[in-house]
Amino acid sequence: MKFRKSEILFFALRNTKLRIGVFIVALFAFLAIFGPYFAKYEPQDFAGPGYNPPSGEYWLGTTTFGRDVFSQFVYGLRSTFLVGFVGGSIATFIGLFVGFLSGYKGGLADELLMMFTNIVLVIPTMALLIILAAYLKYRGVFLESVFIGFTAWPWTARAVRSQTLSLKTREFVNLARITGMKPLKIIVVEILPNMLSYVFMVFILQFGGAILTAATLDFIGLGPTQGISLGLMMQQAVLWNAIQLGMWWWAVPPGIAITAIVGAMYFMNTGLDEVFNPKLREM
Amino acid sequence: MIELKDITKVYSLGAFGKRKLTAVDNVSFSIGEGKIISLIGESGSGKTTIGKMMLKLIPITKGQILFQGKDLSLFKGEKLKEYYRYVQGVFQDPFSSFNPIFKADRIFELVKSEFFPELTGREWQIHVLDALESVGLNPKTVLNKFPHQLSGGQLQRMLIARALLLDTKFLVADEIISMLDASTRIDVLNILAELKKGGLSILFITHDLSLGYYISDESIILYRGSVMEAGKTEKVFSTPLHPYTRMLLDAVPRIDRKWTTFEIPERKAVGSDTIGMCKYYDRCPLATKECEAQGLIKVEEDHHVACWRWNDV
Amino acid sequence: MALKIKDLRIYYQTLRGDVKAVDGISFQVKDGEIMGLAGESGCGKSTLSNALILLKPPMKYISGEVFLNDKKLPIDNYEAMRANRFRGVSIIPQYAMNALNPIRKLKQIISDLLEHHGESFVKMRDMIEERLKLVELDEKVLDLYPIELSGGMNQRMVMVISTLLNPSLLLADEITSALDVSSQKAVSKMIVEFRDRKIVRSVIFVTHDISILYQVADSIMIMYTGKQVERAPTETIVKNPLHPYTKLLISSLPEVGIKYSQAPLKGIPGRPPELLNPPEGCRFKDRCPVASEKCDEEPPLVEIEPGHQVACWKVGAIDD
Repeated sequence: MKFRKSEILFFALRNTKLRIGVFIVALFAFLAIFGPYFAKYEPQDFAGPGYNPPSGEYWLGTTTFGRDVFSQFVYGLRSTFLVGFVGGSIATFIGLFVGFLSGYKGGLADELLMMFTNIVLVIPTMALLIILAAYLKYRGVFLESVFIGFTAWPWTARAVRSQTLSLKTREFVNLARITGMKPLKIIVVEILPNMLSYVFMVFILQFGGAILTAATLDFIGLGPTQGISLGLMMQQAVLWNAIQLGMWWWAVPPGIAITAIVGAMYFMNTGLDEVFNPKLREM
Repeated sequence: MIELKDITKVYSLGAFGKRKLTAVDNVSFSIGEGKIISLIGESGSGKTTIGKMMLKLIPITKGQILFQGKDLSLFKGEKLKEYYRYVQGVFQDPFSSFNPIFKADRIFELVKSEFFPELTGREWQIHVLDALESVGLNPKTVLNKFPHQLSGGQLQRMLIARALLLDTKFLVADEIISMLDASTRIDVLNILAELKKGGLSILFITHDLSLGYYISDESIILYRGSVMEAGKTEKVFSTPLHPYTRMLLDAVPRIDRKWTTFEIPERKAVGSDTIGMCKYYDRCPLATKECEAQGLIKVEEDHHVACWRWNDV
Repeated sequence: MALKIKDLRIYYQTLRGDVKAVDGISFQVKDGEIMGLAGESGCGKSTLSNALILLKPPMKYISGEVFLNDKKLPIDNYEAMRANRFRGVSIIPQYAMNALNPIRKLKQIISDLLEHHGESFVKMRDMIEERLKLVELDEKVLDLYPIELSGGMNQRMVMVISTLLNPSLLLADEITSALDVSSQKAVSKMIVEFRDRKIVRSVIFVTHDISILYQVADSIMIMYTGKQVERAPTETIVKNPLHPYTKLLISSLPEVGIKYSQAPLKGIPGRPPELLNPPEGCRFKDRCPVASEKCDEEPPLVEIEPGHQVACWKVGAIDD
């Protein structure tokens, strides 16, 4: 195993896609963590005159109302990463749980769980959100993440189920069974460890997916009513005709950040795929 | 010790389980103490399914398996765990039997934590060393290694050693040497034969007639889920009565005899209606319209055949 | 001479170094000969046969020459080999039953392949049907998809396809290993038939199963850890082997008529050395019952009698 681990590390370090992806994500994560300490204003503060292009005082300029775009940007990045992490984690966890149970148990349990999964899969997220928005007058970024997490898991569940189905046929699972081990224990100690790389990749995809969903929701006005996010910035920029007025500093940065982060996530995913799957390695 | 009574296994396939596939059809046999029984059949004969049912890895559709007189279907939870204390299995693919990301000797640890949690590490170590010795493995070469660092033969022997850590009385050995190299497979076979002397009963599942002959007391020839011929190994092999057994014995490649012809005695025309007919009806060169499906006929002591024309041919 | 190989070395590139899978092999196969290539897993038999048709990374050509019908075969040049594949050398791969695109009609698969080699399906149709008959397939299968055929039928289909252009050399890589006893015999029959009808000039039949080779092969070459240890006519290898490894291997084979209770067989103790850094000298010396200091030096392949070569310092030293 020592050999295998070092082998994976070796390929991970020399995989360009993975390196680029990690670099971009790390860059934005750094900004999200430390940016707010450099921001001179609160994101919703009226910092000064409106329509200001980037300058020494306002690094990314100001909005129509004189809010500091840099402050909004770094705080927005923070909530973007929060959405990715919380939403991605919840979706990954539920997906794993349902997928393992369904795949391992089989039979009736499998059919019921998959029916439930398919129902969640076809419920239009937007419709749900509009209803939710009607009931909840105040919605924060955290609530949004939880919501995304609870609606994004089905494809993970289905993928994990099929992986479990194939691992289940391996003899070591039979061997665990004739050692008298209970199903849950078999899943945790025999099947899960074999899927760690896969789980990691699922998490990355869910992370990126949650960011993208959040941005979409924010942009069409179903996002948080409190706080700031990159999606909200874009929504407001469009709402107040930032592009037409030539205020590129307001509209462009959040768009670039979302595209770059999500793109980098997918890059990392393909890179990791090559690292874990020797057949895809370019040698 | 263990007895199968009219065991049938039907798999449901396709949408809503509409297509039925009978993998095992009314099979009965019993295995006494200290006996090795060979279950010989080609792929699709149902031999692995029988082994899995005896290990309670898949449910039985119809019939009963009795272990020391008790019905296997009643064993659940703790009772099932007790069953595994006495009944164990080794499977075909040694590499798939080990979780590739853990060290190979973890299989011993799992037995300890499930069955002997009260033993100290030192006490357990002594048991493990004993078990390894009885399968002819040097602990230094196999402990603390990952599965991919060991050979298939070493892995299979470790799995046999694992079974010995329990109070195993009956072992299902499912094609355990078919993936091993010629130079090591015979050693694994010899270990089974040695263990039998100590009173272990073994169901030796194989597609290789020569292996079955080498090791077993009794042989069962299986074709498409039904027993074609069964009895004392020497009798089945020296005076095969079923056309299928004879075809197998003719076709098996040997190094002491060349095939006289490359032809396989097979009927070309397929019967239009084979339901209710003998399973081998399609292929049997001697088939007539009267060849209905039938049970085993006792020809002599320890020799049974499922062919009504056994005497004509 | 249909095939002539001189001192061929094919290594596998790994992170830890080169695995010397085929390490200095020389042999010849005559016209009309079926040569069995036998040995245990990791002996290099599959590497050798694959290198003759499709040498690609992580396989690495190190040295040696291959002549097919006295013409040099550019096995180290992937592009130049293109013209030789199917026509010069062809292979029935180990997992032939899965080798065909399951959702393309067999007719299309065949016609694509033929066009690729400048032939036409329509012109060759009669011959194709004749070949199908040879392997007991109905011509109707041409209009089916591989997914509609059974594993055995697909394998026979691959046998027909890979021999369509009458290759000089046919490589059969473990084609009987996954088969039932009766199908093994059927496939063996077809290989012999291909040779007898001069559809192929010679065959290398790779398998770990010596008892199959005894039925079909004219001569057998035994490999051990990348080296050839013995080559002789089939009868000689099976009845009168000289190399200690061959002797032990043959004597460890169970067959109907041998019982543990009457005459227990013995395996070969130990396991083959790693091929990353194989030991100096004879590679079998650690497991060999007659090894001595002399074996630290590599034994040359010596012709004991015509057609019988052995690589052992002690040939004839163990008496039966």
